[in-house]
Amino acid sequence: MNKAIITVVGQDTVGIIARVCTYLSEHQVNVLDISQTIIDGFFNMMMIVDYTNADTEFGAMVTDLDALGEQIGVKIRCQREEIFTKMHRV
Amino acid sequence: MLNIMEVHETNQMIEQEKLDVRTITMGISLLDCAGADVDVVAENIYRKITTYAKDLVATGEAIERDYGIPIVNKRITVTPISLVGAGCCASSGDFVKLAHALDRAAKQVGVDLIGGYSALVSKAMTPAEEMLIRSLPQALSETDIVCSSVNVGSTKTGIDMNAVELLGHIIKDIAYATRDNDSYGCVKFVAFCNAPDDNPFMAGGFHGVTEGDAVINVGVSGPGVVSRALDEAEGRDFEFLCETIKRTAFKITRVGQLVAQEASRRLGIPFGIIDLSLAPTPAVGDSVGEVLEKIGLEQVGAPGTTAALAMLNDQVKKGGIMASSYVGGLSGAFIPVSEDRNMIDAAGSGCLTIEKLEAMTCVCSVGLDMIAIPGDTTAATISGIIADEAAIGMVNQKTTAVRIIPVYGKGVGDSAEFGGLMGYAPIMPVNRAGCEAFVTRGGRIPAPIHSFKN
Repeated sequence: MNKAIITVVGQDTVGIIARVCTYLSEHQVNVLDISQTIIDGFFNMMMIVDYTNADTEFGAMVTDLDALGEQIGVKIRCQREEIFTKMHRV
Repeated sequence: MLNIMEVHETNQMIEQEKLDVRTITMGISLLDCAGADVDVVAENIYRKITTYAKDLVATGEAIERDYGIPIVNKRITVTPISLVGAGCCASSGDFVKLAHALDRAAKQVGVDLIGGYSALVSKAMTPAEEMLIRSLPQALSETDIVCSSVNVGSTKTGIDMNAVELLGHIIKDIAYATRDNDSYGCVKFVAFCNAPDDNPFMAGGFHGVTEGDAVINVGVSGPGVVSRALDEAEGRDFEFLCETIKRTAFKITRVGQLVAQEASRRLGIPFGIIDLSLAPTPAVGDSVGEVLEKIGLEQVGAPGTTAALAMLNDQVKKGGIMASSYVGGLSGAFIPVSEDRNMIDAAGSGCLTIEKLEAMTCVCSVGLDMIAIPGDTTAATISGIIADEAAIGMVNQKTTAVRIIPVYGKGVGDSAEFGGLMGYAPIMPVNRAGCEAFVTRGGRIPAPIHSFKN
């Protein structure tokens, strides 16, 4: 399984998760887990996704989600999971 | 499973605290490019570099995008050119042709610097090595991204004082040859003692003869992350402070290890080492000086600076070493004056002097680095400074270096502008008492007694 972490940071508005999920479903990316919280007054959402069967390159997903974030007015990052597991797990 | 706070912490480090991988450096052996005709050798060099490193920059950029971590520099190191060119270069001008081949090849593949226009003369110079050293003013002024280093001593061999004396003149000549640009050529040259074979950082990186055909080395960074972590340690004791630095260094290094392994896998080139160094940039909040000040100094250079740096350096290594399978290079905190905002300020206010920096180099990884001095400093004084640093390295069995810029036409009170990551620096005063009779004696300083371990 190839996991990635998608994070959304910014002002909470209607439909953020819906729009991200629509994009993911259109590209065969499976959502494994979603959590959200408020950090320093900002809406923080994290998704763990499986992109093993994605019909697009990982780099294109990163770019597309970044552009989607700009449309909505939030910051969306999509990163491969290893950077987090390497840093936080021994 | 990962939690949102961990993910937030990592991204905070990248976005707010300037966590980055400072460099992916591909080391390439050029020993098989040697030959009898300098033009053929130049062509061999160009062809090998542009073949091996053709995907280096694109791969680095893909890794940046996939993991969301900036990789600031993509660089190349090569076998010391004095060895590669020994069979074909009959003059300094011939060596300059090889410098141009390096410059062209590096630009072709899109890296930002290439290192290895170097000579290892820790005991004595061969005629070829002396020719390369004498070619430096022309080579460094005519090329843009070629870096050079000369290893003038080691714990095992002592110090080659003939080379040290020569370098005083050469550094002045490089400064003059690049006088229109605040003597920028000197930024691309460093004199070493105990130079490591696998240093990924510039200007001192070269691909040592002990290395394989090609290798990927990675230099990590992150003074901003350490600085931010130290906010939590304010007012706490040394145990807490040291634990905080170690934990942070571990996290930073793990990212470097990930990037190194990934680059190695994608490029099909073996992974060499991670260089565990805190490398500052002139950006606000990316400063080793700031870390030292948060440890408790009013300004870097104050009494206590050497002790604070020794502790910082040690904790960075202790935290980082477990995070990586192979650690090498320089590995320690860098203190390049012009590249560190808080050090620039401390040098400007007079709190940080060359003598204090010299003391600091006894306990950290490199040496007198990116220090601008008056353009009228004598060659003998520069040689004396190099000899002092080399002696510290030789006796303490550590790497030391001198990257000093006698800025042509400028004096104390002026400042030099090097641009980008190289930053800017106030011209620092130098002790002007003479040492000519010392540096011109000729010969070499013998290896110290504790080097005889056999």
